[in-house]
Amino acid sequence: MLKRQYIPIVVTAALLAFMFAAGSFRYTGFFSLQVLLNLLIDNAFLLIVAVGMTFVIVSGGIDLSVGSVIALTTMISASLVQQQGWPPAVVIPLVLVLGAAFGWLMGAIIHYFKIQPFIVTLAGMFLARGLCYVISINTITIDHPFYTSMAQTKIKLPGGFFISISVVIALVVVAAAIYLAHYTRFGRNTYALGGSESSALLMGLPVARTKILVYTFSGLCSALAGVVFTFYMLSGYGLHAVGLELDAIAAVVIGGTLLTGGVGYILGTFFGVLIQGVIQTIISFEGTLSSWWTKIVIGLLLLLFIVLQRLLSARRQMQKA
Amino acid sequence: MVKHHLFWPLVMLGALLLFNLLYSPDFFSVQMRAGKLYGSLIDILNFGAPLILVAIGMTLVIATKGIDLSVGSIVAIAGAMACMTLSKGTDQNMLGLVLSAVGIALVLALALGLWNGMLVAAFGIQPIIATLILMVAGRGVAQLITGGQIITVSSSAYKFIGAGSLLTLPFSIFIAGAVLLIAALLTRKTALGLFIESVGCNPEASRLAGIRSRVVMIAVYMFCGLCAGIAGLLLSANVSSADGNNAGLWYELDAILAVVIGGTSLSGGRFYLLGTVVGALIIQTLTTTIYMIGVPPEITLVVKAFVVLLVCLIQSETFRKTLVHRFKTRRYPAEREVKRHA
Repeated sequence: MLKRQYIPIVVTAALLAFMFAAGSFRYTGFFSLQVLLNLLIDNAFLLIVAVGMTFVIVSGGIDLSVGSVIALTTMISASLVQQQGWPPAVVIPLVLVLGAAFGWLMGAIIHYFKIQPFIVTLAGMFLARGLCYVISINTITIDHPFYTSMAQTKIKLPGGFFISISVVIALVVVAAAIYLAHYTRFGRNTYALGGSESSALLMGLPVARTKILVYTFSGLCSALAGVVFTFYMLSGYGLHAVGLELDAIAAVVIGGTLLTGGVGYILGTFFGVLIQGVIQTIISFEGTLSSWWTKIVIGLLLLLFIVLQRLLSARRQMQKA
Repeated sequence: MVKHHLFWPLVMLGALLLFNLLYSPDFFSVQMRAGKLYGSLIDILNFGAPLILVAIGMTLVIATKGIDLSVGSIVAIAGAMACMTLSKGTDQNMLGLVLSAVGIALVLALALGLWNGMLVAAFGIQPIIATLILMVAGRGVAQLITGGQIITVSSSAYKFIGAGSLLTLPFSIFIAGAVLLIAALLTRKTALGLFIESVGCNPEASRLAGIRSRVVMIAVYMFCGLCAGIAGLLLSANVSSADGNNAGLWYELDAILAVVIGGTSLSGGRFYLLGTVVGALIIQTLTTTIYMIGVPPEITLVVKAFVVLLVCLIQSETFRKTLVHRFKTRRYPAEREVKRHA
């Protein structure tokens, strides 16, 4: 018998399978492994961001700054590599450290001054987006050989299929996050923190360290997603990844993570990202549908999953009572 | 006086205005041209009016410990709906048509507010999440209404709402003022304000005390939707066009910021309408100032980030305590010695 806690994740996976099957029946050329792989190629950065966001949401917080941190990362990379001539081997670790530091700072403010995560990360979002424009208000194109080769390299799979390096990075992040969430102390602490902060504190868990680390991890993920996004777009621009935080939150929720914290799976987030990708693919295959349908469908899916979660948790409470 | 809730917001607004006075002395000059007043101050009031409107609605929502992220989308939908209705008519200047366009847009905004309120109050979904749905889907709906295009209308009667002037002042100021007056009267001269604050403190306790918590919450979200709808009309009428994608973009964030600057705590239970208005004016003055100095307007975001952080830190009790503690414990060796042996 299926455990109740796995129901949302099974629903998500079934929905993904159903959508993919529906697309395959409706459009010729839809049912191929390459279409599935393209989902990963086009959404690698979203996947990485959503993984970091899953940790934050499981811990009971929220991080609105992720899209802006991506933009800032592309901007810093582009200006350092292109205008200052720094080697990518220095720039990439530097932006990763910067992203992590940014997350750490927000986490510290959230924890030590007890300000709502929503507001602090909102300020972080403004700050990162604004700093992009301080660097430059124009697009900076990157033509450094390392970045172009990272963008164009195709890793061949048997059967003539291919993936990009970004996909490998994203899958490694997902695997690492699954290990981190379910097999380490940090992961357990995060779930405990999201379940109830005061209980976690009374149990003697390191609440301060966990909370700050969660935001640091999200910042690191955003910066890594920014690096991947730079490979994808080959440019730095202040308007990159506008509204990506909403896509990431939507993917996490569709993946079955409770926004109240304490419940959720990285694998669910993975499916959530793929569902968003499938919606976009279906809309582009349909041709006559306009892009705004993506937003409406994602909104409806959000509603569906939130109501589903609500029903499940209501039933659990009924059983307890 | 320092304890008064309007003290810090007003100091901040004063400091901004003082900076402008020093930077460009003709900031405060107001000229009369063709029966209309012109000047930076008038501009701030005029362009700030939609933000004030949205922020007033947001204040009441935040007072019930909620939050409404969908206001930006409602702004876009209301503008799109009004312009769509107008552009379908034969004579765009006909008063009946303009009134029905405005009416349809406002009813739609109310309905969207009702939707948010139902999700929050009836289904018990967290406000951030419940309104996130409409925030994401709403932009799509707005584009659906406009067909993905920017709809322009040529109705002088409609344009009057956003760009007309009455008694030498922009008409939008009067709309914002009227809504503020109604909200203030309803909440401060009737028991409604008390109900809202009580629900914000503890909805369950309020319900047991005989307040219809759910009805109050739904009403508050509907009012917020209505305010956002009016703001959407002002914005689209000002430029005589509706842009489903960009109208009211980031308005939710500016409105929340205005509310927080105005001294209303995000944890609910207390609200200051006048504080919110001052907060909205601060944001608008900041934007105007930054345009005037000639820095790229995008840098406003950096300034805003620091303002948000500063305001939140000041509001945070822990932060104030740390500061006061630092200030009060002097580092005299003798004093430390006394403490150690005490």
